[in-house]
Amino acid sequence: MAYKFPEDLFYADTHEYVKQENDFIKIGISEFAVDQLGDIVFVDLVETGVTLQKGETFGTIESVKAVEEVYLPFSAEIIQRNEKIIDNPEILQNDPINDGWLLIIKPIEDFSLDDLMNSHEYKSKVAPS
Amino acid sequence: MQLEKYSDLFIKRHVGPSNNDQEKMLRKLGFNNIEDFIKEVIPEDIQLKNNLSSKLPKGCSESQAIQDLDAISQQNKVYRSLIGLGYYGTHTPSVIQRNVLENPRWYTSYTPYQAEISQGRLEALFNFQTLICELTGFEIANASLLDEGSAAAEAMSVAYSARKNKSANIFLVHESVYAHTFNVLLTRARPLGIKLKRFDSHNPEFTNSIFGMMIQLPGQTGDLFDPSFIISKAHKFNIFTCASIDPLAQTLIKPIASLGADIAIGSMQRFGVPIGFGGPHAAFFACSDQFKRLIPGRIVGESISKEGEKSLRLALQTREQHIRREKATSNICTAQSLLAIISSFYAIYHGSEGLCKIAKRIVIFRRYLELCLGKLGLFAKEGPRFDSFDIYSNKAPVIHQEALKNGFNLRILPLGAEIDKAEGFGISIDELTDENEIFQILNFIAKICGSDIDFRKIPIDYFYELDGIPTRDENFMKQDIFKNFKSETELMRYIFHLSEKDFSLVDGMIPLGSCTMKLNSAAELNPISWDNFSSLHPFAPKYQTKGYLQIISDLEKWICEIVGLNAVSFQPNAGSQGEFAGLLAIKSYFNSKNNFLRKKCLIPSSAHGTNPASAVMAGFEVVSIKCDHKGNIDIEDLSNKLNEFGPQVAALMLTYPSTHGVFELRIKDICSSVHNVGGFVYLDGANLNAQVGLCKPGEYGIDVCHLNLHKTFCIPHGGGGPGVGPVVVSETLKPFLPNHFINDISINDLQYSVSSSKYGSASILPISWMYIKMTGFQGLRKASMQAILSANYIAFNLKNKFKILYKGQNGFVAHECILDFRDLKLKTGLTVNDIAKRLIDYSFHAPTISWPVPETMMIEPTESESLKEIDRFCNAMLLISDEIIEVKNGIFPKNNNVISNSPHTIKQLISDDWHNPYTKQKAAYPFGYNIGSKFWAAVSRIDNAYGDRNLICSCSFPEQESTEEKECA
Repeated sequence: MAYKFPEDLFYADTHEYVKQENDFIKIGISEFAVDQLGDIVFVDLVETGVTLQKGETFGTIESVKAVEEVYLPFSAEIIQRNEKIIDNPEILQNDPINDGWLLIIKPIEDFSLDDLMNSHEYKSKVAPS
Repeated sequence: MQLEKYSDLFIKRHVGPSNNDQEKMLRKLGFNNIEDFIKEVIPEDIQLKNNLSSKLPKGCSESQAIQDLDAISQQNKVYRSLIGLGYYGTHTPSVIQRNVLENPRWYTSYTPYQAEISQGRLEALFNFQTLICELTGFEIANASLLDEGSAAAEAMSVAYSARKNKSANIFLVHESVYAHTFNVLLTRARPLGIKLKRFDSHNPEFTNSIFGMMIQLPGQTGDLFDPSFIISKAHKFNIFTCASIDPLAQTLIKPIASLGADIAIGSMQRFGVPIGFGGPHAAFFACSDQFKRLIPGRIVGESISKEGEKSLRLALQTREQHIRREKATSNICTAQSLLAIISSFYAIYHGSEGLCKIAKRIVIFRRYLELCLGKLGLFAKEGPRFDSFDIYSNKAPVIHQEALKNGFNLRILPLGAEIDKAEGFGISIDELTDENEIFQILNFIAKICGSDIDFRKIPIDYFYELDGIPTRDENFMKQDIFKNFKSETELMRYIFHLSEKDFSLVDGMIPLGSCTMKLNSAAELNPISWDNFSSLHPFAPKYQTKGYLQIISDLEKWICEIVGLNAVSFQPNAGSQGEFAGLLAIKSYFNSKNNFLRKKCLIPSSAHGTNPASAVMAGFEVVSIKCDHKGNIDIEDLSNKLNEFGPQVAALMLTYPSTHGVFELRIKDICSSVHNVGGFVYLDGANLNAQVGLCKPGEYGIDVCHLNLHKTFCIPHGGGGPGVGPVVVSETLKPFLPNHFINDISINDLQYSVSSSKYGSASILPISWMYIKMTGFQGLRKASMQAILSANYIAFNLKNKFKILYKGQNGFVAHECILDFRDLKLKTGLTVNDIAKRLIDYSFHAPTISWPVPETMMIEPTESESLKEIDRFCNAMLLISDEIIEVKNGIFPKNNNVISNSPHTIKQLISDDWHNPYTKQKAAYPFGYNIGSKFWAAVSRIDNAYGDRNLICSCSFPEQESTEEKECA
């Protein structure tokens, strides 16, 4: 499978991507992670309005064979969650980068994308050519 | 002339390959002699120098062993036990006993992971779930748990995980809950920091630090009460209510879900499963939809197949203990499938009408007996009851003695007292009670009371009444399944119709790695149906159970000799419980020394998921140890971790031969390095089948291990349970083995129980007894050697076409081998799962797939498979390798080939609509037509994701289906 690595995404070691959108940040998981998980059947995300610290888990993603937690790359308040993927995990399966995003968060302190991998670095980690 | 004695040693029947076959296999591997071969495989420093000693039997024929066991069974005395406390007399309908319990199609099958060839037992388990939902009124039920006590502990654990107030840590246990259940709850609560509090009022004080409570209906004393009020009050404090409920009482009482409970558990024993000295029986677990993802154990759910057929498979598997590892909240990895299936057929046999009649009869007899005893001046407490009552009287010691003389066991009160100290007696009526029994009891008690009332003149009022508790209308179990099989002909056919969809050892080899699917011989299985074993109550007086105690003591002696350790507890009902018990023994040991620092449990990353789960459950912190590129424990990482955590190390848990199927070379060094920092070494006994008679865990440094009697010692897998997981320990740990108390006042801080009954699944221990007795010490050794030889023979035959992932010294594997398919997807688009399904077309059950390494296949032939069957398997794999090459070379498309479309069903083959790019013969008869019997998958490939996204795990009410002609699977 050929994965897409859009230039505007930054990645954590645990395969979450972040995408800066004005003051907010959109979080999702990479196509590679989705492919590794297999058929996703259930997504559980924290409630909106909650504030979580960097590294805390903000949800779990279950496939028919595995269950993985997802971690917040920055301390942030949860502004919005993607209810569509909770109702229909297939959206996450089919399009993790666009329609299948997980959360929109608002960082509560200064943050830097430098700690994360850019798309080239991430690509060379998961899909070295 | 002296007649030569004909000796038919059982070992010849147990081991598949003949001596000639064995020679052929050895020659292929370059050996003339099996002993020479084994010396090359097993590290020299652990090889057993002397053969297993005379402490083990010599081996004999099956007729001899049956004779000996029969003599032992005569030491068990069958009394009519009215003791109750979760164990009741019941009649297993013969059509179920003969066609399910005693039918190898049902008992020799494995857990239904390969759903396409398991539709029969999946349907039977789905019926079980439907039954439980109908009885309790809940939306979801699982496919059974190990026993009532552990089910209660699982319910507590779910409530704890789901609690809203995360600082709440108190769990209330109502006085109605059995003491032996309380003791199991306490065992699970302590390491998690949960505090248990008994309460006796119907209007307790609730606080925000309480997260849950457990009630029981009927209670320990037989009393019933309407729990609606306390439940609704509890809900105001966000307290979840777990209710332990008698399923037969539930046919009369309003469903516990509609009384407000959040979770219901209980034992299905009295639905046709013999008491069997305490087990095995199926427990149930039902709850509302909100706990769906926290439910312990297996759930069968509906899905659809590739061809659109409605089909069943295990659902939401990611909840399960072995997947969650250290995050698991349950201590169950298996189920009690066979027993759950028996109880579901019992319900089908009787229907709701029959079950209600049985329940009402019980109430009528209980009321009548109470009434008549009242005329003798013996009164039970006022109040509603179902089947049981307690009466306190100074005549109790005499009543108990006379009861025994008349062949009855009554409940001695207070529980745990000796007869001469008895202050009362309790009676539980069951399905087997009839008028004669009632009058027999009344007569001897009347005599004691000096009364000459002729009770036969007091008419039995057959008017049924259950006061003081909301009763249910009879509109339940209305699904067709509970209506259509009332004639024995129909039921017999249904049972066979189901079983023929399932691949069991009857059909061919089940080469599941780490599962040891060896022969479960008829001679081993026969005794479990003997009355002297099946009808004993676990709390019967000791002198009546001497036969069982003899078997247990023999097995203890033999097992200790085999593993080189000193004491055994047979309490654990499965491997996961054995692990839990073994780790608690370690914990209690350190606690007894006031050493509370040793909290680290070291576990190799290759370990089975139950290992870290059990460690956390027992209150340890898991430290993961890396594996090196050969799959062995990374010695450097281990020594670093031992240096780092030295005085905090409680144990290292390991599997030997490793989960990678290899005899690691430095096992002795590994064990002694853990001993050097003061820790214990725990062995997961899953792979003992490669060691019996060849090396002894106790000798190379193991302090505690659990065994899977359902692997190495021939107890059948029952289609996913029962299992027996005895825990074996060294002299040092002996004082810390599980205990059992019938009351909850005797247990101290270092004591614990993991099961409701003292000897867990006692009634199937005769299976392992028969195996060891018949096989004997030479036979056991021979079996292990053949198991290792067969695995290496397969590895040798397949090595040119597949990569053998891990090998031990001299290039040999242990009793199983792992084939690596990790590059398959890239080259062909196929996965190891496709290969597993393709093996079905070749009439094989797949080996273990994607464990312990993703996209690999682990093959364990066991000693019982013949050379012919092993060769048939190797040929199948070699033909599949050619099929893989065809896909790789583009002869067939990646997404439309004989492998990706497997398994092929009859329906597909006879369809006029065949558009596949390969022939029908290639699809279904890849060996050619001359293969003997052909096994057909009942359905085509099942879509797992569809079922998990749209969970249906019980057959819904027929009226809801009226719009759509929906036939329940």
